[in-house]
Amino acid sequence: MIPVIINGMTVQAREGSTILEAARQLGIRIPTLCNFEMDAFGIKHRLGSCRICVVEVQGRPNLAPACSTPVMLGMHVYTNTMRVFNARRTVLDLILSNHPKECLTCHKNLHCELQALAEEMGLLEIKYPGEKAQHPIDLANESIVRDMNKCIYCRRCEMACNEVQTVGILSGVDRGFMATVAPTSKRPLAETKCVFCGQCVAVCPVGALNEVDRTYDVWVALNDKSKTVIVQTAPAVRAALGEEFNLSPGTSVTGKMVTALRMLGFKGVFDTDFAADLTIMEEGKELVDRVRANRNLPILTSCCPGWVKFFEHQFPDLIHIPSSAKSPQQMFGAIAKSYYAKKIGVAPKDLVVVSVMPCLAKKYEAAREEFRQDGVRDVDIVISTRELARMIKEAGIQFAQLRNGNFDHPLGESSGAAVIFGASGGVLEAALRTAAETMTGQPLEQVDFEAVRGLSGIREATISIGTLDLKAAIASGLGNARKLLEAIRAGKAHYHAIEIMACPGGCLNGGGQPYIHGDVSILEKRRQAIYDEDYGKAIRKSHENPYIRRLYEEFLGCPGSETAHRLLHTHYYGRPNT
Amino acid sequence: MIRTWEDLKRETERIREARRRGPPVQVLVSMGTCGIAAGTQPVLEAIRKTVADRGLDRQVEVLQTGCMGLCHSEPSIEVLDRVNGRDYLYGLVTPQQVPALLDIGAEPSKGLLSVPRSWYYPDDDEQSNGRPQARLVLRNSGRIDPERLDDYLEKDGYQALAKAVVSMKPEEVVELVAQSGLRGRGGGGFPTGKKWSFAATVEAPEKFVVCNADEGDPGAFMDRAVLEGDPHSVLEGMAIAGYAIGSRRGVIYIRAEYPLAVRRLFTAIDQARKAGLLGRDLFGSGFGFDIEIKYGAGAFVCGEETALIHSVEGYRGEPTLKPPFPAVAGLWKRPTVVNNVETLANVPTIVRRGAAWFRGFGTPGSPGTKVFALAGKINKVGLVEVPMGMTLRQIVFDIGQGIKGGRRFKAVQTGGPSGGCIREDELDTPIDYDTLRNLGSMMGSGGMIVMDEDDCMVNVAKFFLEFTLDESCGKCTPCRIGNKRLFEMLSRTCEGKAEPDILQRLETLSLVIKDTSLCGLGQTSPNPVLATMRKFADEYCEHVHDRRCRSGVCTALVRYAINERCVGCTLCARNCPVSCIAGERKKRHVIDEAKCIRCGVCFQKCKFHAIDRV
Repeated sequence: MIPVIINGMTVQAREGSTILEAARQLGIRIPTLCNFEMDAFGIKHRLGSCRICVVEVQGRPNLAPACSTPVMLGMHVYTNTMRVFNARRTVLDLILSNHPKECLTCHKNLHCELQALAEEMGLLEIKYPGEKAQHPIDLANESIVRDMNKCIYCRRCEMACNEVQTVGILSGVDRGFMATVAPTSKRPLAETKCVFCGQCVAVCPVGALNEVDRTYDVWVALNDKSKTVIVQTAPAVRAALGEEFNLSPGTSVTGKMVTALRMLGFKGVFDTDFAADLTIMEEGKELVDRVRANRNLPILTSCCPGWVKFFEHQFPDLIHIPSSAKSPQQMFGAIAKSYYAKKIGVAPKDLVVVSVMPCLAKKYEAAREEFRQDGVRDVDIVISTRELARMIKEAGIQFAQLRNGNFDHPLGESSGAAVIFGASGGVLEAALRTAAETMTGQPLEQVDFEAVRGLSGIREATISIGTLDLKAAIASGLGNARKLLEAIRAGKAHYHAIEIMACPGGCLNGGGQPYIHGDVSILEKRRQAIYDEDYGKAIRKSHENPYIRRLYEEFLGCPGSETAHRLLHTHYYGRPNT
Repeated sequence: MIRTWEDLKRETERIREARRRGPPVQVLVSMGTCGIAAGTQPVLEAIRKTVADRGLDRQVEVLQTGCMGLCHSEPSIEVLDRVNGRDYLYGLVTPQQVPALLDIGAEPSKGLLSVPRSWYYPDDDEQSNGRPQARLVLRNSGRIDPERLDDYLEKDGYQALAKAVVSMKPEEVVELVAQSGLRGRGGGGFPTGKKWSFAATVEAPEKFVVCNADEGDPGAFMDRAVLEGDPHSVLEGMAIAGYAIGSRRGVIYIRAEYPLAVRRLFTAIDQARKAGLLGRDLFGSGFGFDIEIKYGAGAFVCGEETALIHSVEGYRGEPTLKPPFPAVAGLWKRPTVVNNVETLANVPTIVRRGAAWFRGFGTPGSPGTKVFALAGKINKVGLVEVPMGMTLRQIVFDIGQGIKGGRRFKAVQTGGPSGGCIREDELDTPIDYDTLRNLGSMMGSGGMIVMDEDDCMVNVAKFFLEFTLDESCGKCTPCRIGNKRLFEMLSRTCEGKAEPDILQRLETLSLVIKDTSLCGLGQTSPNPVLATMRKFADEYCEHVHDRRCRSGVCTALVRYAINERCVGCTLCARNCPVSCIAGERKKRHVIDEAKCIRCGVCFQKCKFHAIDRV
């Protein structure tokens, strides 16, 4: 610890910490904008480029950025001098002078860090107005809108894309006033190896990056008398949706969500968790088969479309090792448009399947060519958690006051194993619950595999199943996935099963979730909500879900059957690594 | 293969002996980029042909050299006549003049332009002896063939490196450079010895010496001249730096727009490797050093050392915060010394001649010389090297021979887009790093642009800001947006659209940009604005309040009118590009202001002072 004097007050600061951190200890908030940190994921974005956080340091000729200047012994810092105020206001003035200020019609209205900063600093006029940089808007994909006219060049998206996810498509391009973040040659995202994980959207402080909003399409479908519109909701949605209605983070809102969806007009309110149980049946069988035969190991999970696209581009030589099982979203769509459509006597083209997902890559996934039967998409419209909240607000539904509802049958029943898909480690745990019983023929005494849970980037566990020591690994965040994949490619890693989720922490931190602005404690609470829901379930293993059993009896036969393969399994394609 | 210092000495002696026995007359042909562009190639061919035709092979040796610094007289040729003990320097040579030029022994014929020797003093003993220029850095530039290692060795080349690695400890070399007082010639003026000592004291498995050859100031070409004219001196300087700090690898970061310099560097590196002057175990000392070349893509900001390092690593050339300083964590996170070309070219001489000798030039605070690229409205545009402490008046009026066309001197801009302007009343200040800073300018890398009464100082500030605007990496807000706003305000000022409070806002914003920008480029970018505002405040006031531009550069603020002195000669009407002047012969003409584009041609053409610029 070293003493640092800030505004005349002495504070003992940790060596290597920043002026910003030291000031916080004294209860002084220095405004920041480009700075972004998430210790739990090792993210420290200290670019020091927006210059909002500048402070006066005695003995230095220029103002210093508090977010990235390390404290030094006996340093004298002033955060509130006239010189600092003047600089800070001017910098904000400049940023606003180049910002569209269309707050009322912006996705990020009331969620925008620049808006909050302007409010906090109380700037009342722009002293330096002028031309605004004009950039074309990239609308040419299913998932993400990039409107760089709103960009403040904090480069968080670049950091998320390159350092956290190692997808590596975003970087600074062009110079001076026209400098912006874009893929090489300013290609649209659709022409790159972008996986649409949406982590860039999740960290963007302003409205430059957004999901492609499909709420209007949902309204149109719901009001189309010729259509039967059903909805599925992913496990992580219920753990975060409440945040959009000022419920405290970690409040599980499954029942209210179901009621709200019914009020919106969906004819069937179903659960992606049902399909998650189905995924476990298929993927679990594949795991058991491959472990028993001891070949083509490890098996990698394939629920996450961002991860699937990632390995298609970056590890095309390994496309034979992920499970061929479709993701729960697509399994749901396939079953809905075949088994369910037939059951209710509706033609697949007149059945509209809407997904509510914590994810932006799911929008892309649903549009993939292979996920359609006779030209009809299995999943028609995908909206994010944030979009669902918008619809609920627009419909005037007082969410917090809603009573709990229950999912419809038959595609609404699920086990606890399916719920935990929403957290990193959950898919693997769910698979283990089923695989262990399949392999040993004995009921599990302890269904909680604590060893595979957590938010950390890479976890390993060895689980005894009968005589077998099953070696498993879990990675969340594609940068961590890359480490595992490279170890496998180099023949240095020997696992039976690996779960990978593209977003750090899993789906609960997906690119379509309510914004957390770097507050990891919110993720921890969402995670807890998911596991609490699992504990509270009567059925906690996928193969014990009675509706799943009936589905196999009535329609699919058994896991891995020909019908199952046709409807529930898929192929992967090598894609260019550019 | 040179394996020891003794080998080198023997080799140097052999070359000198061969020279003594060789042709007694040398014809030096300036073949730098600028010379070639001015048409030296056909002159060189004519010389070779004439020499061959006249059978002068044994009497005359033709050398292609680097830049002699005589931009105003390219193509320039020097004839060193050992037989008659005479040297002639010719400028603006054409191939037709070559036969006369090669009449060795005869007095120069009248058709040839003989360049005044006072302007240009190539001097083997490197002493100024009261002459205006002192050639330390440019000692070989224009004097040797840069593509021949022998020429460099003849001029004591690689003796300093041999001396350092054989007879000195690394810390002694650092100390010697520190003693010499050499300061970074790239612009900042940071003491080179100090920079080296930082890197030398850090323990690391690998260190780097990076030569910054990303010269990018508008109108600056000092480093190009050194690289094209004397590449080995830079290589030798780098190797000495490597020995001093404990580095075995050097990187030259050179802009790809310097193809000739690149080619000559490659040639030089290849020659040095083959001769054993680069590579493993130099002079039997156990110390090894090698150099590679990396291209820059022409970004001005890559002259900033952290941006340069990122560029070498293959990343976007953007500055990052210091600390960590490159001396601690630079290229590939290893301790790195980044020195400018001119700094490194000084090193061999310092090692060879000693710190005290070097301190014999310049001022106590800024020893040595500085190379300046003299440009703008000056009679003798060119490259000059002068001891620090010389006054600007001497440079502009003695060496540069004053202002073109007898116009009045107005200001000189030093330090390029990061510097400021210096007014006539400040011309007698002896210039070094510190005095220039006190004048609100800076040394910069050595660009020196002279302006006369026809230059509008608001427009000058706008010009430099436009450059910065293009060259800013855009990383930090004040530089990315602030400079754009400054530029817009200056544009409005020049267009007569300035708001009444614009001057105060220009100053406030300039000061904030200086105070908050991340790197040196941003921190100095408003300097041209602040300097011109301070020193030519009246011009700014005229633009803002009177909507007037006294130099007539800001066309939106200028009106032309014909007064009663008009005799009706019709010259103006005939020259007007938009035919907006009407009038009968011998009668007073009138300008149609609605059609006038304010080009000023009529104003320049009129012989009767009959056109007013208001």
